[in-house]
Amino acid sequence: MTTYNLTYKPFGKYAVLIEWPPKIDENIFEDVIKFKNKIAKNNIEVLVDVINTYNSLTIIYNSTIKNIYSEILALKSIYKTSSVDNNIKNYCWNIPICYDQKFGIDLVEISTSKKISIDEIILRHSGAIYNVYFVGFLPGFLYLGGLDESLIFARKGKPRLLVEKGSVGIGGAQTGIYPQNSAGGWNIIGKSPISFFARLNKEPCFAKSGDKIRFVPVGLDEFEQLRSQVNLGSYKMERKLINA
Amino acid sequence: MLKVISSGFYTTIQDLGRFGYGDIGVPVSGAMDLYSAKLGNHILGNNHADAVIEITLSKFSCLFENQIIICVSGANLSPKLNGKMIALNTAINIDKGTILTFDKPVYGVRSYLAVKGGFKTQKVLNSRSFFREITDQFVIQKNDILPFEKFSSTIKKPFSSVKINKEHFNSKIIEVYKGPEFELLSKEQQEKLANTEFIISKDNSRMGYRLEELIPNDFQSMLTSAVLPGTVQLTPSGELIVLMRDCQVTGGYPRILQLSDIAINILAQKTTKNTFKFKVISI
Repeated sequence: MTTYNLTYKPFGKYAVLIEWPPKIDENIFEDVIKFKNKIAKNNIEVLVDVINTYNSLTIIYNSTIKNIYSEILALKSIYKTSSVDNNIKNYCWNIPICYDQKFGIDLVEISTSKKISIDEIILRHSGAIYNVYFVGFLPGFLYLGGLDESLIFARKGKPRLLVEKGSVGIGGAQTGIYPQNSAGGWNIIGKSPISFFARLNKEPCFAKSGDKIRFVPVGLDEFEQLRSQVNLGSYKMERKLINA
Repeated sequence: MLKVISSGFYTTIQDLGRFGYGDIGVPVSGAMDLYSAKLGNHILGNNHADAVIEITLSKFSCLFENQIIICVSGANLSPKLNGKMIALNTAINIDKGTILTFDKPVYGVRSYLAVKGGFKTQKVLNSRSFFREITDQFVIQKNDILPFEKFSSTIKKPFSSVKINKEHFNSKIIEVYKGPEFELLSKEQQEKLANTEFIISKDNSRMGYRLEELIPNDFQSMLTSAVLPGTVQLTPSGELIVLMRDCQVTGGYPRILQLSDIAINILAQKTTKNTFKFKVISI
């Protein structure tokens, strides 16, 4: 197993930033998540939040860090401990998406510009398994990795003032779902009936960093059925354990 | 409870913020000037985490429908009870039917109205701090009813005001630590950063303050990473953005500076066209 040469930096008086080499890389990401899980396992009480991205962990404390160097030493020794079993389970989630042009308002433009048929775009977009790298930008916005390279498409020069909640977009090499109505510059190819952020739930966002996602195409009728199930609270997410 | 007569320019409910949800993209929020918000609660003998009203530079006014004890702290926006000026940073008895108004700013930008026991508005993810798509409401509106618990005792007069340090409102020095990407800056850029008197642009809000003066740079874009309230980002166009309490949890611009706790509070009391200098201090 690779261990990386990590950099540890103070980030203000309340946080420590740990960085891996600056790359979007599955092995690096796996190591980030392993370290994050070890920190969770250590049950350090003063932690408020541990936020990971592709290649970094930011550890936020609830009060000023008295001695940053001894804190960094403590973190370094946690990194060295061997990965032990932990209770953190990661899932692969099936996310229904309706790619009908009623929602996929930029499908024609992508298809024309790339000379790929709309059916083929849908096939390639729903054929991949995506890594959930982290959640940011908006509550419940998943940063996904794994978009088919042939679908990379530059974001719009001028962002739309309103992109509807649930819209699925492609922005450059990234793809993702808008968890709420928002301004946005991504090219919209479909819509999901799923709620990515249920603010009143104990766990408002079902997915977490380290999970995976598959998009499952559904038709307009099924989309409407699923949406009413979601609204009634009777929809059950399909998921599969991936690190059993 | 309290009934809002005039919402003012931008008025919200705030407490210390929402912690532990950063990894699902939820901002921290909380009172912009935490020092002043805590002071108000402290004077009333409240818990520091009790919710207060944050009033921004404006003509907020309200009617108290119950007897209560209040304290106004932070900016001096000429608070008046039934038309009569009141002292800041002082516990004040309020009778049922009293009208409290805020008017012209004398100093500062954000004023805090605390009530004995705190406001009991909706709590979502362990905080009452307003935030779009988290709380039902993200800004206080005319005719809103803001609940607080009944409290029938009064404080004995005379009650003296807590003296506050005027530097909190007048200081033009914003203390900062070096941020994670500080080392990207050349000697010249560092000097420019230290010697420039920065003007706050009109684009300033609870999410962040953009500054007018530029620091030209040719930094490569970086991979998205975590940001915190008080993080200073440098954009490719040379613009500096000081992130504030409602900032997103991640960002992709180099984080060249990080404001101290006190500096965030001091900056929260400044607005468009106000000026300041950064002073880099060691951790």
